[in-house]
Amino acid sequence: MRELEIIVNGEPRRIPAPATAADLLTSLGLDPRTVVVELNRVIVRRPALSRTALSQGDAVELVHFVGGG
Amino acid sequence: MTTTLQQPDTATDHPLAIGGRTFRSRLMVGTGKYRSNTDMARAIEASGAEIVTVAVRRVDLDRTKSEGILYHLNPSHYFLLANTAGCYSAADAVRYARLAREAGFNDFIKLEVIGDRETLLPDTQGLLTATRELVQDGFVVLAYTNDDLITALRLEEAGAAAVMPLASPIGSGLGLLNPYGVRSIKSRLSVPVIVDAGVGTASDACLTMEQGVDGILMNTALAEARDPVAMAGAMRFAVEAGRLAYLAGRMPKREIAVPSSPERGMVE
Repeated sequence: MRELEIIVNGEPRRIPAPATAADLLTSLGLDPRTVVVELNRVIVRRPALSRTALSQGDAVELVHFVGGG
Repeated sequence: MTTTLQQPDTATDHPLAIGGRTFRSRLMVGTGKYRSNTDMARAIEASGAEIVTVAVRRVDLDRTKSEGILYHLNPSHYFLLANTAGCYSAADAVRYARLAREAGFNDFIKLEVIGDRETLLPDTQGLLTATRELVQDGFVVLAYTNDDLITALRLEEAGAAAVMPLASPIGSGLGLLNPYGVRSIKSRLSVPVIVDAGVGTASDACLTMEQGVDGILMNTALAEARDPVAMAGAMRFAVEAGRLAYLAGRMPKREIAVPSSPERGMVE
């Protein structure tokens, strides 16, 4: 398979395979220091991003801090 | 802004301590709903607040440059307190708390488990469940709750590091609706009591602090003021004034007048 189809923040996306969580952040232009990654409801800690492989159908949540009370 | 207002006397007051940390300001502020990030940053600075709340949300992937709040708020200047706003179940709140902790600033969480979309009043059962789970997981839990003493007692038993009763519903600006309820919570709990939500203007903040609570958290009162920076200054003074008045101990209320000038020595 040359591309993975995954769900990122609720939307389907394609990413060249093989890909890690770090690759996904890079492809989206996101700084891993300011984003928290949850893969299939499990948090991926920052040091593990580059060794966490993504699989077809994975659900990824990318969150950060926004204004709130 | 120059100020001649004195800080509460350290001989009679003590710094606010939550979860093993001490804070110099008893005013905590949110970062939501400001008309601009510049307004927000200046208002927060004017408030003198040390604890600043933030929310956890998805990164907006459609925007070319999705800026988180930290772009406008230096995390080294403030103690960032993440909330679980928008969570309607204990499980969701626990999930958001863990995401917030992973952002890497601290183990504190302002726990909200909302029970109703119209009033945003807390689901106290979900709140207790989530508090127990998060305390078990090493979080310092500051629990947003209503003005009910029994819930507050149960939250303390569950290990909450602070209990945060509302003054009135979130974003309502209705002020302190139940001073007795808040006072009774303060009188019975050992952990700090921080009034969260509902304060609309400086007199609300002052009256709230006069009940003896340990602090106030507010957001909309600043963000929706015509001049958020000026209101932030007013709130800073109001919180300090209310605290000082509480420590000073007010005079008794009487149903009759008592003259302030001598009744003797009047000319004939």
